[in-house]
Amino acid sequence: MSISFQNDKRMPQGRLAIASYVIVGMIALLLFGFWKLQIVDSDRYAQLAERNRVRSLPIIAPRGSMLDREGRVLVDNYPSFSVLLLRDAPTQVDRLLPQIADGLGMSLDDVKQQIDGAKYMPKFQPIVIKPEASQSDIAFIESHRADIPVLEMLMVHRRRYPHGDLMASAVGYVGEVSAEQVENSDSKLKPGDTVGKAGLERQYNDTLMGTDGLRRVIVNSIGKEVGRLEQQDAIPGKPIQLTIDYDLQAVADNYMADKEGAVVAMDGRTGEILAMVSRPTFDPNDFAVRIPNAEWRELNTDPRTPLLNRAVQGQMAPGSVFKIVMATAMLESKALPDDFTAFCPGHADFYGRTFHCWRPAGHGSVDLHKAIVDSCDVFFYTIGQRMGIDRIQQYATGLGLGRRTGVDLPSEETGLVPSEEWVQRVYHHKWYAGETISVSIGQGAVTVTPIQMARMIAAVASGGNLVQPHFLKNFTAKTDRFPLDENTVEKVTQGMYGVINEGGTGASLKLQNIEFSGKSGTAQLMSYGAGSKMGKKGKETNGWFVGYAPRRDPEIVVAAVIQGSSEHGGTTAGPVVRDLVKAYYDKKSGVKMQLEYTAKGKRQENVAPAGNASTLAIAHPGIDQAAAQAVPVSAKPTEAR
Amino acid sequence: MRERGKLGDYDWWLLATTFAICGVGVLEIWSATHASHLAGMHNHQMEWILLGVGLMFLLSRVDYHTIMEQAPILYLIALIALIAVLALGHARFGAKRWLPILGGFLQVSELVKLIIIIVMARFFAEVRTEELSLGDLLKAAGVVGLPLILIMLQPDLGTALVLVPLAAIGAYLAGLQWKHALAIMALAAIMVPVGYHFLKPYQKERVTTFLRPEEDPKGAGYQILQSKIAVGSGGFWGKGLGNGSQNQLGFVPVRYSDFILAALAEELGFAGVFVALLLYMFLLLRLVQNAQRAHDRAGMFLVMGVAAVLGFHVLVNVAMVIGFMPVTGIPLPLMSYGGSATLFVFLALGLVMNVRIRRFVN
Repeated sequence: MSISFQNDKRMPQGRLAIASYVIVGMIALLLFGFWKLQIVDSDRYAQLAERNRVRSLPIIAPRGSMLDREGRVLVDNYPSFSVLLLRDAPTQVDRLLPQIADGLGMSLDDVKQQIDGAKYMPKFQPIVIKPEASQSDIAFIESHRADIPVLEMLMVHRRRYPHGDLMASAVGYVGEVSAEQVENSDSKLKPGDTVGKAGLERQYNDTLMGTDGLRRVIVNSIGKEVGRLEQQDAIPGKPIQLTIDYDLQAVADNYMADKEGAVVAMDGRTGEILAMVSRPTFDPNDFAVRIPNAEWRELNTDPRTPLLNRAVQGQMAPGSVFKIVMATAMLESKALPDDFTAFCPGHADFYGRTFHCWRPAGHGSVDLHKAIVDSCDVFFYTIGQRMGIDRIQQYATGLGLGRRTGVDLPSEETGLVPSEEWVQRVYHHKWYAGETISVSIGQGAVTVTPIQMARMIAAVASGGNLVQPHFLKNFTAKTDRFPLDENTVEKVTQGMYGVINEGGTGASLKLQNIEFSGKSGTAQLMSYGAGSKMGKKGKETNGWFVGYAPRRDPEIVVAAVIQGSSEHGGTTAGPVVRDLVKAYYDKKSGVKMQLEYTAKGKRQENVAPAGNASTLAIAHPGIDQAAAQAVPVSAKPTEAR
Repeated sequence: MRERGKLGDYDWWLLATTFAICGVGVLEIWSATHASHLAGMHNHQMEWILLGVGLMFLLSRVDYHTIMEQAPILYLIALIALIAVLALGHARFGAKRWLPILGGFLQVSELVKLIIIIVMARFFAEVRTEELSLGDLLKAAGVVGLPLILIMLQPDLGTALVLVPLAAIGAYLAGLQWKHALAIMALAAIMVPVGYHFLKPYQKERVTTFLRPEEDPKGAGYQILQSKIAVGSGGFWGKGLGNGSQNQLGFVPVRYSDFILAALAEELGFAGVFVALLLYMFLLLRLVQNAQRAHDRAGMFLVMGVAAVLGFHVLVNVAMVIGFMPVTGIPLPLMSYGGSATLFVFLALGLVMNVRIRRFVN
């Protein structure tokens, strides 16, 4: 074979030289590329590398627990896992969404909605897409770390209310902070934080809420944690001790379980709240994990208003309990002589209208003591007319009605004590004198909250000490003085002692060896046909009983109201007041506590009719309703026992 | 006639440069893998290098003219091997590229590259005209085109493309006419969009990703982005060997192989890259010098074929690492981990040495 290609010495030296230049040019170009990345844009890429490497995960601070006055746990936490979605890579998240939704057993729409809701939050901030991760969710995340690196688990402390709805209305509930709260928090709160939304949870949120920590960890390219950079530990929230006595709370709750109304028990000397129940209520555990929209809507629109704490927000006509204010006003103002006597034939005429006493047969000749004991309407009509609305208003307000008690709960309502000035200011007309007659027996425009009633009675029985009701054990309560004459206090408390111990309207509630005193009231729900407009039967009433012991300087004051029952206050509300007083003394003297002090416990049939309209005379500034109340009361009798 | 093949006749500068690059490569492979389940990889790489050096020496002993005489048979073997790999090949990573040989897997296309270097050198060495005629040009295209298509069918676009500059530099040195060069470029400009149409979906994705990487930072653009982050975050002096977070935590894709320069750039910085690229520049210039001093035209073509292939590898790989070119899966010669690729480079250098030690013949 001829070697045709050998020894050909022609060399394209020019073209080879050019090849050398091309090589130098190529290397120069590549070096330029490195120079641009490593020198010019180095900082930017260093940041990107850092963001790759470091993942910041919050350490959730546990919320402080709540204890009762003896240190028993009322509210605490349990550890749980939330599923976090990391959103730094939106396109990747979008691509993985169906898989994520499927793996976590959520609907795709739900997941999308949550991501949409957070679209204005910074991208580096992960969002919780499933607050309560199940075992299988955790397994799903762990096994898909490589292909679904956008999921992370977060240890959280979920709120637990071991006693369920036992004192939900006072304790409140927690929830995710609202955008508005975040804005107003001076950057103390951040989106996704759990804060108290109502009740004590909200009132003492700053104490209960800790400061979240931050864990900066090194992760590898598949999101696995391989190292720890630094950790800023969470500062747990502080526990708070309440004045609540779990035993008394249980007694009250047991009685109220299937009723509608409120009970508040308070130490009359200090203002320490021993028990507070509002029914119907809710289970705050439902809020501890994100509450489903439907359930939330239901709670909010339920005509029985389970989210309302009736003890401090329910504004209702006080009925005959108001007569204690009237009696105090009469004695203090000296507008009438102490031994003033009225004759009750069962009715009386004022301003051309007939007002009935609850007892059609009448009480005969009635002095102040008898009037309180038997709750004679005509007596109080008469003294009310003599004193006039402004003097009544002066003493009612002095005894704490129509203004907030200052209890350490958010959203306390004021109630309303009408006056000539008030009618002029709000309705621009003169006070109808006939309205004074209705107010004299706690009807008409006057509305109060149960906690105001407890404080009022405590004030009267203690000679004018208006304590500040409170839940927090080490609370510095301020006591307002509305000094009452010894004579006044003695006469009025004797009357209230008589209500129970001298065959009065609370005779059935008598307790052995305890100076149990009190006053019943049975207020018409809404006067002037407002009730029937809302489909209510005319006979339905709010039954009140405010009781305390001992007769002077009470240790325990209990105000109870049962709504929407056709029975009288002494019958409906009296038993729970007596039970609480009895329980208090039993406990004090070391007698074994009982849960059931009355035959009427949870299984009682005395259930408020289901689905009835609000039984509260809520004094929201709805003009219609308030205006209706300013109209003179009808001639229909107002019962009280 | 001078005694040939004395040790002093070998290109010791070239060899030193080669070993320097290999050393940097082994170091970086160690750094990239020592803390992972891949630990010990650098030892394998050193074994490949030693084997490569041995093969290089052996290949340099057989006169390159003798080898080039066998070009037609070698070409036939190459085609058969490529068809065999398509028919029986062992698929890895979705492409049939490996043939089981000697108890291991040989990446056939690496062998084919070597053979085509020889075939092309032989082809152009036989061209006697001062200017390359259209007929010869088309013949050359045909000779390269056949294996190129077979490699593309594997599919291995990256390796297939290596054959293009190989043919191109041969044609250029054989006296390619400007009008033909322009015509080829025009044709290529037309063919690129048409060819794009025939790409596999993943290949298309690579191209679109390359053009608009920000559109999908964690999908297909992820590799380029992570590579650039590694390079950029290295700064001037680097984070230190074994300290690159992008590298150590696995953000840099195949950091011990195709993206080894990204790992190096992160840990040794611009300074390290500068040294590495200068080594490659010196290596390539040294090859050109060897071509210039070759005993004959055949030797020149052989050496420049090697230079074209290695130069193309360096260009495409490095440009990919800094985001100048799409991801093609072409390793960095002598630095990337890999048996077949390392052996190929040493065999190719064996051809260069072969020409080198015979430069004074006659």
